[in-house]
Amino acid sequence: MIYSYYPGCTLKTKAKELDEFARLSATKLGFTLEEIEEWQCCGAVYPLGTDEVASKLPVIRALNEAKKKNQPLVTLCSACHHVFKRVNDDMKNNKDIRDTVKNYDEELEYKGETEVLHYLEVIKNFVGFDKLKAMVETPLKGRKVGAYYGCMLLRPSSIMQFDDPENPTIFEDFLRAIGAEPVIYPYRNECCGGYISLKEKQKAQGMVEKIVENATSNGSKELITACPLCQYNVKQTAGEDLPVYYFTDLLAEALGLKEGEADV
Amino acid sequence: MYKTNNTEELLNISGADIKRCMKCGRCSASCPSYEDMDILPHQFVSFAENGRAEDLMASESLWKCLSCFACIERCPRDVKPARLIEAARLMIIRKQGEDYLSPDEIPELLNPEVPQQLLVSAFRKYRR
Repeated sequence: MIYSYYPGCTLKTKAKELDEFARLSATKLGFTLEEIEEWQCCGAVYPLGTDEVASKLPVIRALNEAKKKNQPLVTLCSACHHVFKRVNDDMKNNKDIRDTVKNYDEELEYKGETEVLHYLEVIKNFVGFDKLKAMVETPLKGRKVGAYYGCMLLRPSSIMQFDDPENPTIFEDFLRAIGAEPVIYPYRNECCGGYISLKEKQKAQGMVEKIVENATSNGSKELITACPLCQYNVKQTAGEDLPVYYFTDLLAEALGLKEGEADV
Repeated sequence: MYKTNNTEELLNISGADIKRCMKCGRCSASCPSYEDMDILPHQFVSFAENGRAEDLMASESLWKCLSCFACIERCPRDVKPARLIEAARLMIIRKQGEDYLSPDEIPELLNPEVPQQLLVSAFRKYRR
């Protein structure tokens, strides 16, 4: 199966490993990520104002490219995923936005036809956690891993439809499939502070301290995330005490595509 | 309820349906920035109802909201308080000279680990 793939700005720069190990693992799991040509930045935050349409155009163009190829569109970064799901929902359900889009670009005939999937959803729904489990070469035995979901994959759940927003399980199911031991802790869907860490570092630190304390007191020895900004914010505060990896790091490790983290 | 022009614009940009609010306060109880806000999420609804958009636009809360969508997720009446805060923020940053972040500030805020995502989202939220 071939999927249109939208990596986003950070996966080309600070989060190259998130991109690299996702592609390697995909090949091993039997699907292909075909990068959309000349994609533009998604903007990292969904434009919430009802009169903001121009800032959605890069996302609509990428969705339309996937539509032309009749492929689902796959994202990895939580922010990209959030923006893509919500803009796609706008294009499907909001005629006013569709009409405004046509004012900018007459050739953008798009009505939300493309299916937007997170990489983890591809594993869950099209590979299957059972098949993943069978393909694991190096099970991550004894590794106590807390999944850090953050905000953007889950909320608002009416549009994201990613998982139960208060009691998600997809990351934990993934961790079980690769042989690790998932640690469930209440703060796993709390906010890391997001963009506030640029100007008000201490504010983000305070929020992350609560998350880290909650994850470690419940037994986590490491965390996984899908979001480069979550990873940055948590790392800035947790330092060496609680390593934060991308979920694709552990996936590639379990599939025998990457050296182990625990031994480093 | 009386509406100033600003309040009308605020409601239009937000798309929030404030008449549905039943004042349960769950939005404020869910907000991770609660302690830092001078006007709380549930009060945003009341201020909008009372035509006090100017007070909202002057609020520190605009820069404390993280767009985590906890208030939207947990609202039992689908009022969407975060959209009101966003609308007030947009009405400020759309004015000339009212940006909350200037490119001149960036060099001293940077460290080698800062992901592009952080810069892009901060610029989107803090200036036009």
